Amino acid sequence: MPRPGPVPGRGTRIRPLLHQKAIPMTTHTALTAPAPAVPAASARGGRRQGGSRLEARRQRWGWLFVTPFLVVFALFLIFPLCYAFGMSLFTSTLATGTRFTGVDNYAKAFTDPLFLEGLLRVAAFAVVMIPAQLIVALAAALVLDTLATRLAKASRLLIFAPYAIPVVIGALMWSFLYSPGFGPSATLFDLVGLPAPDFLASGSIFGSLVNIVTWQWSGYYMVVIYAALRSIDPSVYEAARIDGANGWQTAMRIKVPMISSSMVMVITFALIGTLQFFTEPVVLRNIAQGAIDAAYTPNMYAYSLAFSYSQFNYASAIAFSLGILVFAGSYVFLFLTRKQSGLK
Amino acid sequence: MSVFAPRTDARDTDVRDEPLTTATGVPSHVDRSVRERGRRLGGRRIGSHVFLVILAIYFVIPIWWLTVAATKSTSGLFSSPAFWFADQFAFVDNLVQLVTYQGGIYWRWLANSFLYAFAGGIGATILAILAGYGFAKYRFRGRGAVFTVILGSVMVPLTALVIPTFMLLSQYGIINTPWAVILPSLLSPFGVYLMRVYTQDAVPDEMLEAARIDGAGELRTFFQVALPLLRPAIVTVLLLSVVGTWNNFFLPLAVLTDPDLLPVTVGLNRWTALSNAGAGGEQVWNLITTGAFVSVLPLILSFLFLQRYWQGGLSIGSIK
Repeated sequence: MPRPGPVPGRGTRIRPLLHQKAIPMTTHTALTAPAPAVPAASARGGRRQGGSRLEARRQRWGWLFVTPFLVVFALFLIFPLCYAFGMSLFTSTLATGTRFTGVDNYAKAFTDPLFLEGLLRVAAFAVVMIPAQLIVALAAALVLDTLATRLAKASRLLIFAPYAIPVVIGALMWSFLYSPGFGPSATLFDLVGLPAPDFLASGSIFGSLVNIVTWQWSGYYMVVIYAALRSIDPSVYEAARIDGANGWQTAMRIKVPMISSSMVMVITFALIGTLQFFTEPVVLRNIAQGAIDAAYTPNMYAYSLAFSYSQFNYASAIAFSLGILVFAGSYVFLFLTRKQSGLK
Repeated sequence: MSVFAPRTDARDTDVRDEPLTTATGVPSHVDRSVRERGRRLGGRRIGSHVFLVILAIYFVIPIWWLTVAATKSTSGLFSSPAFWFADQFAFVDNLVQLVTYQGGIYWRWLANSFLYAFAGGIGATILAILAGYGFAKYRFRGRGAVFTVILGSVMVPLTALVIPTFMLLSQYGIINTPWAVILPSLLSPFGVYLMRVYTQDAVPDEMLEAARIDGAGELRTFFQVALPLLRPAIVTVLLLSVVGTWNNFFLPLAVLTDPDLLPVTVGLNRWTALSNAGAGGEQVWNLITTGAFVSVLPLILSFLFLQRYWQGGLSIGSIK
């Protein structure tokens, strides 16, 4: 299990500032409170008792601080997961009523071509979409890191802008742009005398979706990577420069390895997001029913099973299976990259 | 754009400057490196800027399209060039139509979005601050195990929880109420993780100890000593969770059926579905584009004005 711990030598840029601010206070501590450092021998017995009472109080306060979150955590994460698992073990039909069927729903799910196709599809999306987003984000961040001009600052904001747009609206905008009626493609391709491609045909919808997601998220990932780049101590570059490294070498051999923990985080988020792909295909389905069916992704399949066919038991099995697969997938990824990410 | 030529040039300078550097010491060296660097970057800078401008155009084009489209009537949307204004400027007309169409339901959706995003986002942030502080600064029994479970849950796809949450909430009869969206939105394991990581470094134990010895209670220590130090992380977590709830689509789609309760995302998607399926009278393309444009403004503007907060803050979790 990854556990965050202080990694020496990798500080945020904010942290040093805070430490500076903290210094006078710490000195103040040392001045006004020498007691913990110099325990009086005579009062040792009493102190220990006081210490354990203090200890008990600290224990209680610790729990008090985390309890509100834990309640929500239990109610809206643990409980629904258990509930879904419980539901998935039953089958309900009009003829027989609800009865316990054990893992039948899972056996059905993992032989259900609709579910398996959906799984393969999101896996394919992950293979194409994550590198696409990562390359755009990394390239933009690396270039931005070498520039301090106004133009660079402005483009950083503009590249990030799609993050501020809800996914539904983003997908809506692109579906307008893709559509032959509203979109510019007919006009643009007319200029060069070519027939406009149909972005919504079943052959091209995959690419159209990849484009939407790349557009929506690359800017956010860029900001994360850029912030990590800015936190590298510039004296490292000076050393590289003296050793005769050029820009490309500095970027690939020094910058990228030094921000690998951010990269791992970005990829993990992208992976979790991609495997639960839902909103974009649902919105595009409004205009591309032929290319996107109701079981296009596992999440869409679970949704339509539950809300169009009222098969809540089977939908629970699908949702639970997807949850486990995503969890296992990201766990394996984090395990394989534990060296790069610094997570232990 | 040659990378190698300037470097050879730099080498030459190196050799020539060598005695001078040793003679005059550091200032000359610094001066040389700056000068040399500027020259070396000359060609690359133009290339980098061109690259950035192309990227920026790609990311902005749909937003530009939306801005232009919001000023067009439905017929204008079909007949005018996609990326330029139509002859008739219909933005005000469209806004008026948004007020009257279906009794101004669009503004209700927008208000709902605000309510859900702020209630859910602020609530989630408060819970995350408290829990992050508790995990970072108290060594209570079971802390490690509980935190490990929370951290693991970051990897549980929240959409997998939508269907069971729907079933649970309908059993308690709070389906189709604002609570059905707000309560599940309070869950933000990643927010807790961020707050814990940040609190650990930003709030020195010595400071808390000092406050306690000065007689401050645990709550007062938290509010007056720790909280002010956590501001950057609080803004970040708040921003992330408000944006998360504002963006949410699957959950409200599943748990809300009353049109009056929908957030703007689900509402606009519904209009789009109807416009695509329906006949002329139900086609409200101009309202969809104008509605989308108006709904996007608040977040874009707040990101613009809160720049200095999110730009540093978004990296908090990634450093570790």
